[in-house]
Amino acid sequence: MALLEARGATKRFGGLIAVNGLDFSMESGSIVSVIGPNGAGKTTFFNCIAGFYRIDEGTITFDGQPIHGLPPDKIAHLGISRTYQNIRLFANMTTMENVLVGLHHHMHAGWIAAVLRTPGTMREERAADEEARRLLRYVGLRGKGDFQAGKLAYGDQRRLEVARALANKPRLLLLDEPTAGMNPAETTDMTALIRRLRDELGLTILLIEHEMRVVMGISERITVLDYGEKIAEGTPAEIRSNARVIEAYLGRGSAAEAAVEAAAAETAAEAADETASAEATTPEPVPVESDVDDDNNGSAKTVA
Amino acid sequence: MTAITASVTVTRHRRWRRVLTMGMTGAVIAIYLALVGIVPTFEARSLISGVLAVGESFVLGTFIVIGYLAARYFDGRPALAVTAGAGAGAITGAALSLLILIGPAVNLRSIFLNASDSLYAVLTLGRGTEFFWIPLLGGAVVGALGGAMRTLPLPIQKSIAAGLLSLVALGLFANLLRTPLLASPFASIGRLLFTSEGLTLFGAAVTLSTSLGAGIGGAIGARQGSRRWGMVTGLALGAVGSLLIGVIAADNAPSGLSRTDAAALGGVLGGLVGIPLGGLLGGGIARWIRALRLDRRYDALPTNARRAVRAIPMIPLLVVVLILPFSFGQIFAQVIVFVAIYILMGLGLNITLGLAGLLDLGFVAFFAVGAYTVSLLTSTSEFGLADFSWWLAVPFAVGVAFLFGAFLGLPILGIRGDYLAIATLGFGEIIRILSVSDLLRPWLGGPQGITGVPKPFTVAPGDPLSGPNQIYYIALVCAGVIAFIAYRLRDSRIGRAWVAIREDEDVAEAIGINLVQTKLLAYALGAAFAGLGGAVFAGLIGATFPTDINLLVSINVAALIIVGGMGSIPGVVVGAIVLIGLPELFREFQEYRYLFYGAALIGLMRFRPEGLFPSRSVERELHVEENVEPAGAPVGAWVAQLEAEREGEIEPDTPYSEPPAKETR
Repeated sequence: MALLEARGATKRFGGLIAVNGLDFSMESGSIVSVIGPNGAGKTTFFNCIAGFYRIDEGTITFDGQPIHGLPPDKIAHLGISRTYQNIRLFANMTTMENVLVGLHHHMHAGWIAAVLRTPGTMREERAADEEARRLLRYVGLRGKGDFQAGKLAYGDQRRLEVARALANKPRLLLLDEPTAGMNPAETTDMTALIRRLRDELGLTILLIEHEMRVVMGISERITVLDYGEKIAEGTPAEIRSNARVIEAYLGRGSAAEAAVEAAAAETAAEAADETASAEATTPEPVPVESDVDDDNNGSAKTVA
Repeated sequence: MTAITASVTVTRHRRWRRVLTMGMTGAVIAIYLALVGIVPTFEARSLISGVLAVGESFVLGTFIVIGYLAARYFDGRPALAVTAGAGAGAITGAALSLLILIGPAVNLRSIFLNASDSLYAVLTLGRGTEFFWIPLLGGAVVGALGGAMRTLPLPIQKSIAAGLLSLVALGLFANLLRTPLLASPFASIGRLLFTSEGLTLFGAAVTLSTSLGAGIGGAIGARQGSRRWGMVTGLALGAVGSLLIGVIAADNAPSGLSRTDAAALGGVLGGLVGIPLGGLLGGGIARWIRALRLDRRYDALPTNARRAVRAIPMIPLLVVVLILPFSFGQIFAQVIVFVAIYILMGLGLNITLGLAGLLDLGFVAFFAVGAYTVSLLTSTSEFGLADFSWWLAVPFAVGVAFLFGAFLGLPILGIRGDYLAIATLGFGEIIRILSVSDLLRPWLGGPQGITGVPKPFTVAPGDPLSGPNQIYYIALVCAGVIAFIAYRLRDSRIGRAWVAIREDEDVAEAIGINLVQTKLLAYALGAAFAGLGGAVFAGLIGATFPTDINLLVSINVAALIIVGGMGSIPGVVVGAIVLIGLPELFREFQEYRYLFYGAALIGLMRFRPEGLFPSRSVERELHVEENVEPAGAPVGAWVAQLEAEREGEIEPDTPYSEPPAKETR
């Protein structure tokens, strides 16, 4: 059955519809990518799932339970963790502490127990330390536990975000551009890590990604958004040859050409790949909100 | 070749221009100090009795600093450095000379009240305005000394700076330090070292010999193989030698030489002998200690024993703290009680602001709640509700403040950052206005406050625990207990959640932290600590007056946290001592102390924005790594799998730059 399901999910910002009547569902244990041009509403959709935004219409259910309208902490408790497009670590805490904060919900000591250091608290802290070290090892950050998180290398910061998300023991992991700004080697490592998360830990993974090699390499299904609407859905092979997707990425003219020429589908996908990776390497200035404004040139559908 | 020469000339021109700028800066500072009245006002107060007054030392200090700073443009070229120092110092001094020339002629006094004859007298060393060139010459000489200081090795520079600063500190606090010395068996030495205001020349010699002992002893010790031990023994022998020979010289003063002069000469001699001896001895001690292999023995100790060893240096400090009110007098004890109360409030605000990042500018409200609760429950006046003892009332005060914190936290839960500061400012003002209002007058006494709060211990007037002394110990114990609680909280799950909220509220919530509970707990616990501060305060004063509840308290608490270092518990203590304790001790400097206070705050934020004692993150991984490494962890397998994947399907040609895990062990 579907682990995550959205029906008619709509999110408006004033007159701008960032996510428009989105129907989406993903199976437990799958890896699904959401792609689309800048401003397509991908991150907004993530924020709706994670509870940062409340959807205006429609439903989002997780494991059969409606989660739209729940606060982010409750959604986290249900087993949804996320990472961020622009890395959002607790920069002044150590690597280890970042992961320990991730374990917060799975620890129970209250403040009085913490002051008294009751045996239960100490046991819990030791177990948490052990678990945090295990997670750091798992993502490949062993030996960096006492580093200040904000001073880690870029790729390590991304890994730490994953470790922190894993600490919550999630069933669904939302990864927002996990390879943004990475060099090819780092990207390869991250791709391998994402696959391991599913294969070894049985996680269900939903990711937003611009790097087409990653998307095509690990996704089982891909959903394409444009102007807040789903314009295509299918396996990587299907998406690669979908005319509407090419159009969304390259504009109408190139789509027409692509339809004419036989080999065009392949070429355009390559081109899309290139434009997307160019975008990915230059981080957007206003990351979270940028999905819903600019570069739509007024063609965004507005409610009168 | 000519091009090179030209470029050298250009850079040298630029350097001299910088020296000129530095001199002008010094000139502005010196003129400012003179005209604002600091120089003439403090001429009566001496640092080194009969030799150097506080007023002059401001001018001399400016010369030295300017000379030193100007010399840094010529590092590695001693002659030029000294010249640059002299030049910049001379420009600074020239400004003062000009002031002496022009001031009386144009009747500057009608604008600047302090441009008086007494100012000119100070600047010309009492010789009158025809000796206007004295500051110019003095500036050149002292500036050259400052420049020369720059050419010395860094450790020696540091020891000179430390010596000069200690001279100032000891001179200023001479009376405070002299009182307990005179009461002790070392009264005669105390009389040799200090006068009622300022050091004696002998005292200055001992001070300089001590600090230079550390610098020079360290330099000698470094050649012997251990700078640290050279510093320690150089400092010790410099101090002891100069003290000992000085005292002996004083007791055997030859005729024609006064006791104090003999002591001063002896002190200098003692330093000259003691320092090199100390440096040499340090090398020997270092070798001997290395032979003992103490460090290995220390490392071999169990954790608890190591902690005990590290606590040993704290014992003398503890003894000093315990006997402080008896040796330094009750005024001093009262100052420390103030500091302790601010430490309590600071530790409270450190939770809300330092850890959870919630800027609360109305923190005095909780202090007020604590103070009024104790007063209402204990007062023997008409406002007393129940004749509780102070001890019985304190838990109520803390509890009520806790509830108040949570209650006031509720409406401001969703407010962030700057807006939060303004909202909490409102709370502070509401509480302040309520406390003086006619509305609550029948219960809180209005402007007259509530008097008749009993002391915690009822003792006879002559008892050692009378007056502020008993509150001194109570306040210290309270501060200790609260600091302990604060430490435990910080290193707990709750403390991490607070810091996470400070760092990024949205992410913290998305991770599963309940913002409402966690923030309210921060507000409530912070308030409870402040409430305890209020309770102690009511016990100290024996009353609660609304005048003690004002915005300045809130601002002081916030400032001491920022000065100490956000989130740092020792920082709160340091901040309270620096911001609350020192200004109290400088009361004789009247309104000028706020000038220094402001200048110090600006300087601190400019050059040390992280605070005096920034918090350190706790190392958790490496400490335990070696003990709990589970054998055969699946790490190796993972690396192998990664390799396979990398070679298999995904981009076989990409360079394998950074392996994700460097597990080689």
